[in-house]
Amino acid sequence: MTPGILALVVLALTILGYVLGRQRAVAEAKREGVRLHSLPGYYGQSVALFTAVPAFLLMAAWLFLQPLLIESQISSKIPDSVIPEGGARSLVMADVRRIADGLDLVVSQGGVSEDELLAMRADFTDVRSRLAEVGVALGSSVSPAVLEAAKSYRSIGKIGSLLRNVAVIVAALGFGFWAWRRVRPSMRARNVSETFIRSLLLGSSLVAILTTFGIVGSLLFETIHFFGIYPAKDFFFSTVWNPQFRGGSDLGILPLLWGTFYVSLVALVLAVPIGLMTAIYLAEYASSTLRSFAKPAIEILAGIPTIVYGLFALITVGPLIRDWIAQPLGIGTSSSSVMTAGLVMGIMLIPFVSSLSDDIINAVPQAMRDGSYGLGATQSETIKRVIMPAALPGIVGAVLLAASRAIGETMIVVMGAGAAARLSLNPFEAMTTVTVKIVSQLTGDTEFASPETLVAFALGLTLFVFTLGLNVLALYIVRKYREQYE
Amino acid sequence: MTDFTTASADAAARPKNNSLFERGERTRRRHAAERRFRMMGLAAVIFGILALIGLLGSILANGGSAFWQTYITLDVYLDPAKLDKAGNRDPEALRKVTTFGYAPLISTALEQLIEERGIVVEGLGKKDVSGLISKEAPAKVRNTVLADPSIIGETVTFNLLADGRVDGFYKGRVTMETAELDRNVSPAQLLLADELKEAGVLSTRFNLAFFTAPDASDTRPEAAGLGVAILGSTYMMLIVLALSLPIGVAASIYLEEFAPQNRLTDIIEVNIANLAAVPSIVFGILGLAVFINFVGLPQSAPVVGGLVLTLMTLPTIIIATRAALKAVPPSIREAALGVGASKMQTIFHHVLPLAAPGILTGAIIGLAQALGETAPLLLIGMVAFVREFPSAPPEGFFDPASALPVQVYNWTTRGDPAFVERASGAIIVLLAFLAVMNITAIILRRRFERRW
Repeated sequence: MTPGILALVVLALTILGYVLGRQRAVAEAKREGVRLHSLPGYYGQSVALFTAVPAFLLMAAWLFLQPLLIESQISSKIPDSVIPEGGARSLVMADVRRIADGLDLVVSQGGVSEDELLAMRADFTDVRSRLAEVGVALGSSVSPAVLEAAKSYRSIGKIGSLLRNVAVIVAALGFGFWAWRRVRPSMRARNVSETFIRSLLLGSSLVAILTTFGIVGSLLFETIHFFGIYPAKDFFFSTVWNPQFRGGSDLGILPLLWGTFYVSLVALVLAVPIGLMTAIYLAEYASSTLRSFAKPAIEILAGIPTIVYGLFALITVGPLIRDWIAQPLGIGTSSSSVMTAGLVMGIMLIPFVSSLSDDIINAVPQAMRDGSYGLGATQSETIKRVIMPAALPGIVGAVLLAASRAIGETMIVVMGAGAAARLSLNPFEAMTTVTVKIVSQLTGDTEFASPETLVAFALGLTLFVFTLGLNVLALYIVRKYREQYE
Repeated sequence: MTDFTTASADAAARPKNNSLFERGERTRRRHAAERRFRMMGLAAVIFGILALIGLLGSILANGGSAFWQTYITLDVYLDPAKLDKAGNRDPEALRKVTTFGYAPLISTALEQLIEERGIVVEGLGKKDVSGLISKEAPAKVRNTVLADPSIIGETVTFNLLADGRVDGFYKGRVTMETAELDRNVSPAQLLLADELKEAGVLSTRFNLAFFTAPDASDTRPEAAGLGVAILGSTYMMLIVLALSLPIGVAASIYLEEFAPQNRLTDIIEVNIANLAAVPSIVFGILGLAVFINFVGLPQSAPVVGGLVLTLMTLPTIIIATRAALKAVPPSIREAALGVGASKMQTIFHHVLPLAAPGILTGAIIGLAQALGETAPLLLIGMVAFVREFPSAPPEGFFDPASALPVQVYNWTTRGDPAFVERASGAIIVLLAFLAVMNITAIILRRRFERRW
């Protein structure tokens, strides 16, 4: 029984529970000649909730934990002799999983019975070619210990799934029956089911916390792992980024941070003045016809996915800058450059800055404007001398939020900034950023134990800390400013 | 006080201007500054709009042609001597004939056709003629034959894809000059293509396969389509909708209606605000570390993508839902409570239905964001080359698939310039989906939004 069918079975039991619970309540009330405490539906609902929720929770937990338990069981059974020199246990485990999946296919397609499979020995049968027949390619031939591990992986997995099915159905039936037995006319069914639903609502809102724990946990765990095999001092202070897949790489974050900083700087230099001026013009000057047309147009910019900006950088802006500026001036030959990525990212940030500033400018009380006009100031003087100082903390907050966006942006820099890690001042040269390197270290065939892969987690943690810090700072500034007027 | 004294000192030093009709030097300067400031603002707005036009214009200009494709119409004689030597139409035996067995049939057919029509082009090698047709064409003929072996021995008319370079020639990407330098196409071939076009054999048509075909390898950009990517994106959106809408709405109801003012509530709220600002790539790392390495879900599977995008979309949906719940006036709640409804009944029977349009709008906007998200999907392996369509859900959720934005990225990393056109075309498809979703959201808001 696959998890999908199991879920359907539990769902069917839930509906059954609802019907039975409701019936029992109505029948009992009739027999005892008393009125029900709640509407009949609530009795059904309480039974249904007790049938479904524990069963589904158990199922989710089981699906999550079973692979882990099996893994640790099997992995302890693999003798050290099988693990190749310099390789990791996790790699052998990956092989075991692949072979186990392959054996499943052999059974279902290759016409091998379970008994024949149990008798199969790696010394006698060419397991590798057998698996290749069903489309599972292996890098090397299978050693007896690994085959045995794969076989027991399969059998434990099967037992586990069987146990899971039994446990989930028993949980559904057990809790359902218990709830059904509880149904009496005097039972406060509505209160029971409402309390239940309320705890479900609370549970859903905890998903956000769980996500944060997941992010921080996974980043921290792998980063500590990384610093166990690569010195932290070299990571933070080395100016050379040069990963080698044979080992002996230099993984200094400084060139990446410089690239990130430089691209973000170019983007902000473009986006902040233009975004701010756009917001001012639309809020203070523009006629309603222009506003009704320009505001949505700029909001469209905000709704466009970053991959579109990336493509724009790659096929339009990059070649344009190279052919018209960089090459004639002799300062760069590559179409991907800090300038390309920065300009395009700046365009992406314009609506972000302008909509945030718009809110802030509108929050400045009209009385301050009127006071300034009353003293004879022109509109621009009012904006520059009264509104801007009053809105300054909010605008600083908006700029910080925009900066945090720029630092975390990925697709534009992947497609527009280049892949070469270098420390240079020339904005027409290709440079690379933290996000680009996270992508390049984690895509493709990755071996999880090597520092070249794990460094991506350290980079991710750095990125997370930076953006979180900027956001917290921005929110703090904005909140502090709001207190002045409200 | 000091302000007063300096101001009056200023006034004394300033030359007097007594006429009301003639502006003084200082007034003129101030007005000029006002005009300059205004112009700067207008320039900023115009820059923003021009950037939008440039962005969309460049994508449309590059990608519009992806929806048209050059085809060659050929009558191919399906020679039984080559395709079915035994002559018993045994499907197993037919399957043994690879595309290499079919390629000669097609080139023979084309050569015959050229001879019949009396087309003569100088400097044409033997391989050049068959080079006009895509390497995908034999596979198409083979699939047709395998689907219906009874057509062997007959002459069947096929619409075969022209080679990518020939296709590029009619879209302005390839010219006679570039063909001189290109190893994959010769000017003679292009002249031949022109002759064929005049003869009506070669034509450019709407490219339906772009929407239905799977991705194709580096050497045959003309065959690459978005089928797998559109299906993969659809699967992910289904998962995102099925998970993030109930969880998001439940969380918002709790926070907006039930949550007591305490530590836990504060922590949850700060958490949601921060999650909304976490860079998307970090969610990709989370997906890789938790869903793939820890739980052991398969790489490139829509289920992992869906889960990661769900976590990313949740803050958006929660923020929108809370705003929608807040917009329902308290009088509705009080009236329901007043006639004896419980708090839960008030919310589920009255507040939630009234907030539904706002919630749906927020959900659609969240989905639109999720649809365009690329970076986290790269990390969970969706960038892999996938040609097989995933099967029907729920099993299909665990099969490898691609996604629309990732397919775009994938195509931009290929060498052949024809893939740039494909990538831009895919962006147009993506933007069309987004436009439909956003317009639906706007219509929903306009139709059902109530002002209290």
